[in-house]
Amino acid sequence: MTQERHIEGSFHLTGGDFTNAGAASSELKSVLASLSITQEVVRRAAIATFEAEMNVIIHAVAGVMYYLITNDFIKVVLNDMGPGIPDIEQAMQEGYSTAPDWIREMGWGAGMGLPNMKKNSDEFKVDSVVGEGTTVEIIIRIKEGKTQ
Amino acid sequence: MNIRDVVGPLSLKVKTTKGDLEHTITGCYISDLLSDVMANAKEGEVWITLQTHPNIVAVAALKNLSGIIITNKRTPEEETMRKAEDERIVIAVSPLSTFEAGGILYKMLQC
Repeated sequence: MTQERHIEGSFHLTGGDFTNAGAASSELKSVLASLSITQEVVRRAAIATFEAEMNVIIHAVAGVMYYLITNDFIKVVLNDMGPGIPDIEQAMQEGYSTAPDWIREMGWGAGMGLPNMKKNSDEFKVDSVVGEGTTVEIIIRIKEGKTQ
Repeated sequence: MNIRDVVGPLSLKVKTTKGDLEHTITGCYISDLLSDVMANAKEGEVWITLQTHPNIVAVAALKNLSGIIITNKRTPEEETMRKAEDERIVIAVSPLSTFEAGGILYKMLQC
């Protein structure tokens, strides 16, 4: 019988810190790549977490990315101190963005972040309180028996 | 085909020293929208863009791209270069436009 896997960790994210953007997702990707998890699952996790990380950096003052990896799934929760999302349904629409022009000039803010996260997750949840912050929960299931 | 093979045809100047120029190019993706690249570029593809800021390195690393080609004589920012060396991502610049660079690469990849 295989031992139950339980790997967890967290990263602090600083709003506006574009220089280190992607560092948390890269580190999580390295952790995943070191485990016997299919490349496809690692790829989906990398996309979903990077988009979520970017959203915190673009929109919030600060946030925390927490992850848990078990034999069956990868769970990533991002909790931010940001402006909150008044209408989550609208925010989920491809192409809808509230990012300012200078962010768009960097090639972000195309309104693809949340849809990309959802597409690459098996379960995806957004909770938000305007003026307080947003919590994003991403769950990606790890299929057993495939290592590459 | 690898990055070294396209240096001449695209008049590339390779700016990084640590990336792998022998990395096989499996295709090419052209976009200046980073989320689009995150969503649609495939592993091993070379990415043509006008963006020069450090986030392009994170995107290329997370997507396992074979390299970044910056067109129209644009120069990567200093921080971008530092990150690229850290992550061993190849960055090359071309005086060609995105259209010209993409056209040449398209033809080369068909062969």
